[in-house]
Amino acid sequence: MIADSLARYRAPTVDASRPPFIMLKNVAKTYGARAGGSVQAVESVSFEIGRGEFTSIVGPSGCGKTTLLKMIGGLLPVSGGTIAYHGIPSGQKRPDLGMVFQDAVLLPWRTVLQNVMLPIEVARGDRAAGEKQARALIELVGLRGFDDKYPGELSGGMQQRASIARALVNDPALLLMDEPFGALDALTRERMTLELQRIWSSSRKTVLFITHSIPEAVLLSDRVIVMTTRPSRVAEIIDIDLPRPRTLQISGDIRFIRYAAHIRELFTATGDL
Amino acid sequence: MSVHATLDGVRAGETLFTRLVRRFDGGFLLSLMLFVALFGGWQLAVNRGLMPAFVLPAPTDVALRVVEDAMLPRVHVATLYTLTAILVGFAIAAILGIALGAAIALVPLLDRVLSPYIIALQTIPKVAIAPILIIWFGMGIESKIVIVALIDFFPILVNAAAGFRNIDPRQILLMNAINASPWQIFVKVRVPNAMPYLMAGIYISMVFSVIGAVVGEFIGSTQGLGSEIVQRQAVMDVVGVFSMLVILTLIGIALNAITRLVAKRLVFWADSENPSGV
Repeated sequence: MIADSLARYRAPTVDASRPPFIMLKNVAKTYGARAGGSVQAVESVSFEIGRGEFTSIVGPSGCGKTTLLKMIGGLLPVSGGTIAYHGIPSGQKRPDLGMVFQDAVLLPWRTVLQNVMLPIEVARGDRAAGEKQARALIELVGLRGFDDKYPGELSGGMQQRASIARALVNDPALLLMDEPFGALDALTRERMTLELQRIWSSSRKTVLFITHSIPEAVLLSDRVIVMTTRPSRVAEIIDIDLPRPRTLQISGDIRFIRYAAHIRELFTATGDL
Repeated sequence: MSVHATLDGVRAGETLFTRLVRRFDGGFLLSLMLFVALFGGWQLAVNRGLMPAFVLPAPTDVALRVVEDAMLPRVHVATLYTLTAILVGFAIAAILGIALGAAIALVPLLDRVLSPYIIALQTIPKVAIAPILIIWFGMGIESKIVIVALIDFFPILVNAAAGFRNIDPRQILLMNAINASPWQIFVKVRVPNAMPYLMAGIYISMVFSVIGAVVGEFIGSTQGLGSEIVQRQAVMDVVGVFSMLVILTLIGIALNAITRLVAKRLVFWADSENPSGV
């Protein structure tokens, strides 16, 4: 089963000559405030995301990271600038998405399997094939044997794993993760981080990952985008050049420490720490 | 691969036995003792002649009369008549209340336009409208159905509106992320989310239904259990009236139990049986 699911997710060959998967140009977001004024959440953000890349966005609380994530996923209109996708099926406005939130956001009246099957049901996909895929993913995220349990019967970490399986089941081109491990305890969090790296390396999805944790971002990412406070701009984009697979021990590596220290400096420089 | 699946956080399944034990705790025993004390005292009071039997019949006489009534075809017909008014009226209220509740929850304009009227109508004592409804809809079962539907409508409407409003916005975001249509969002997310509230509204209405039907029959009817009570009262058949009360109570208990059972099945995942505090 596992071998099957891994085989399905053969890494795509990265072609540098092709345009990037997602291109943001001067993207801005202004919210109309209740009092009549308006709040600028995102000022002018430009960057690119390559296909199959793991990109983290870090920045102070309330700096518009989630807003940015929703805009990239086409779930929120931009107020200014453009977001262009390359290589998505014609007739589609945005890539197929998988979404993971800080909390699992499972539907409590559905079993784990039914929750994971939700995107297939919604897309009116092949049920039998979908169920096979769902069961393989449930196994991949380490929930084997819990297919027929309800979310209320699972721990927070297990629920979050189920939500990751749900995000992957439709084989989406883009995986959006909004502080997915924020609500977990430190140990579970570290375990899930490694788990995510494993899932990502076997599926080679394009992942956009929001986190508050600098070590988490460095450990997981190909690139880390550091944002400033509101109205947020990009402070710096840092390529993380560390060998994979990365283990928790890598946090003792001098290069890792330098990356983390550099990001922390950026936070301090903008007065956010 | 590493399996992190542990059993932490998994609730132990409650067995039938543990449920029974929990039911049979001190509270249940005290409740039973209270029952015995009340009815025993009542029986004694009547037997000792403290109360004339034509004012307050003994529980045993009432019980005997209930058994007698339960075999009378006339009572069967009356019970069926009242039950029909209850169930048809309730069904109409449920359909209209849930539909309008969903509509005002999902269409803000409709909410702003209709809310003042709903609040105004809600405060009218529905029972007070019953005499007019008898004039409008006649002495037949139609007027009873309308009265029941009117009484049931508002609790269902208000709960339905609250239920369809009660939604985690992230569930909607999730559904949008997987390209769900508005209809799919409604069916797969909004309706299940509203279900505990719908059941709470239905639960209240079921009790009101019996009141509505009986009041309607009191005011103008030649059939049904309410009319039977009026006729027995006219000939000072106090035991007979008590017997009808018992039958109406049994109907109420049965409807209540069915509703609870259905609610438990439909909203098994909710934290409590009646999440909206009913």
